[in-house]
Amino acid sequence: MNKMILTEAKLFLREPGGPIFAILLPLALLLGLGSIPGFQQADPALGGQRVIDTQLPGMMVVLSVVTMALTALPGTLVAYRESGVLRRMSTTPVRPVRLLVAQVVNNVAVAVVATALLIGLGNLVLGVAVPRSLLAFAGVFLLGSASMFGLGLLIAAVAPSAKAAPGIGSLLMFPLLFMAGMWVPRELLPDLAQRVGDFLPMAPFAQAIRDTWAGHAPQPLHLAVMAATVLVTGVLSARLFRWE
Amino acid sequence: MKVIEVSNLRKRYRDHLAVDDVSFTVEEGEIFGVLGPNGAGKTTTVECVAGLRTPDSGTVKVLGGLSGTELKERLGVQLQSSAMPAKIKVWEALDLYASFYRTPADQGALMERVGLAGKRDTPYGKLSGGQQQRLSIALALIGGPRVAILDELTTGLDPQARRDTWELIEQVRADGVTIVLVTHFMEEAERLCDRLAVIDSGRVVAVDSPSGLISRAGGQQRVRFRPSGPFDDAVLGVLPEVTGVSRDGGQVEVTGTGDLLLAVTTAAAAAGIVPADLRVERATLDDAFLALTGKKISA
Repeated sequence: MNKMILTEAKLFLREPGGPIFAILLPLALLLGLGSIPGFQQADPALGGQRVIDTQLPGMMVVLSVVTMALTALPGTLVAYRESGVLRRMSTTPVRPVRLLVAQVVNNVAVAVVATALLIGLGNLVLGVAVPRSLLAFAGVFLLGSASMFGLGLLIAAVAPSAKAAPGIGSLLMFPLLFMAGMWVPRELLPDLAQRVGDFLPMAPFAQAIRDTWAGHAPQPLHLAVMAATVLVTGVLSARLFRWE
Repeated sequence: MKVIEVSNLRKRYRDHLAVDDVSFTVEEGEIFGVLGPNGAGKTTTVECVAGLRTPDSGTVKVLGGLSGTELKERLGVQLQSSAMPAKIKVWEALDLYASFYRTPADQGALMERVGLAGKRDTPYGKLSGGQQQRLSIALALIGGPRVAILDELTTGLDPQARRDTWELIEQVRADGVTIVLVTHFMEEAERLCDRLAVIDSGRVVAVDSPSGLISRAGGQQRVRFRPSGPFDDAVLGVLPEVTGVSRDGGQVEVTGTGDLLLAVTTAAAAAGIVPADLRVERATLDDAFLALTGKKISA
């Protein structure tokens, strides 16, 4: 298993476009937007928080996770299915599901690196506080990542071709990001949009990240929605995934 | 010893009966060919043998009835159209696949064997078609299998690469690996296979050696020569191998079966005749295939 993860990691680093994008884009947005003076002032609409306190960094963490989960992972896996990599592996004593695990591990690792850089550089450059309850933050990060990667595996299971996979991922990603408060903070979305968003997988992730960043406990509903997403996408992708 | 026994295999996909009552056995140490046109059910048949598909009915017994992981430990498979990631290097691919098996073969020796020792650090995407196929064969052999199934492995290769691959397969067999070779190339089947199952529309039409198939399909041979002097046609006509003797100008044409050439030259020598411009024309596997299935194989 270790050899599989290592080999996949090497291959991963030889096509660094995806990971670099998933790390640099959120980082650039954080540092760029974060230096706009207006975002550094307390905003009554955010309950007195500044945009750079949790809204901006929290959304950037979510953005890096979902870029890997919804576009990078399905693209690679569907390409592996299309070119027969999974088929060849299924002729060996090793079950090809290990390749899926290795891929998820590598993609999550990129999201972890991106998040560490967002926290570290955000703190150094903009003075953004590190998440107050780091343990709860890490727990939410893992649960939320699991739900997003579950969704990514489901896309990989149903996408008809390697070209279509990232497209389907983006199609899903943008509305979900909107509901999660990517462009307009959730606090400013209409009530109905906030209610609906609570039950879509991405907004609870974003909200729980922001809550734990500020040192609050995540809402039980959000944790439940994320856990349910993990369960449903896990079962569905296990059922629907085709090896060839 | 029989290493593969397939009996009454049947496999249906939605609306199409891919394999319809296929039976054959493969003996230890032979190169067994599965020959047929595209879409005849060859790949489905070997996928059932490799345990990758479950037959609707019939039985498959490999190496005395192994299944699951135990089967995959001892059966090497190279399937059609299964690529590797473009950026994986030759040694990395072998190293990774070696880690899948309990007792893998020596990677260095295998690389040497398939002629890729000089390409150790070359990424898969940069290999030529022939080199990719040879890596593919190496990956099928890395587990140290007793049986290897190789599906259409010279399709798309140039003639030189194809010949190199054939030589490699003969060496692998010499190492004691039983080989099942799926092909639609007549020349390949004739050159490599000890025995062949001819499959058409999901059915086995015949199982025999290449020469057996040829003689079964009429097997008429023709020997032509220019005699050094006059002789009586009856000298040749009485031979059991000969079915007919005719003359065309200075040429004698003898038709017959079996070891015709030897019979004719021996009889001619006994009659004091030197056959000049001696030529043998025989039926090919193509003719045999045409006779057995009523169609030409598409190459």
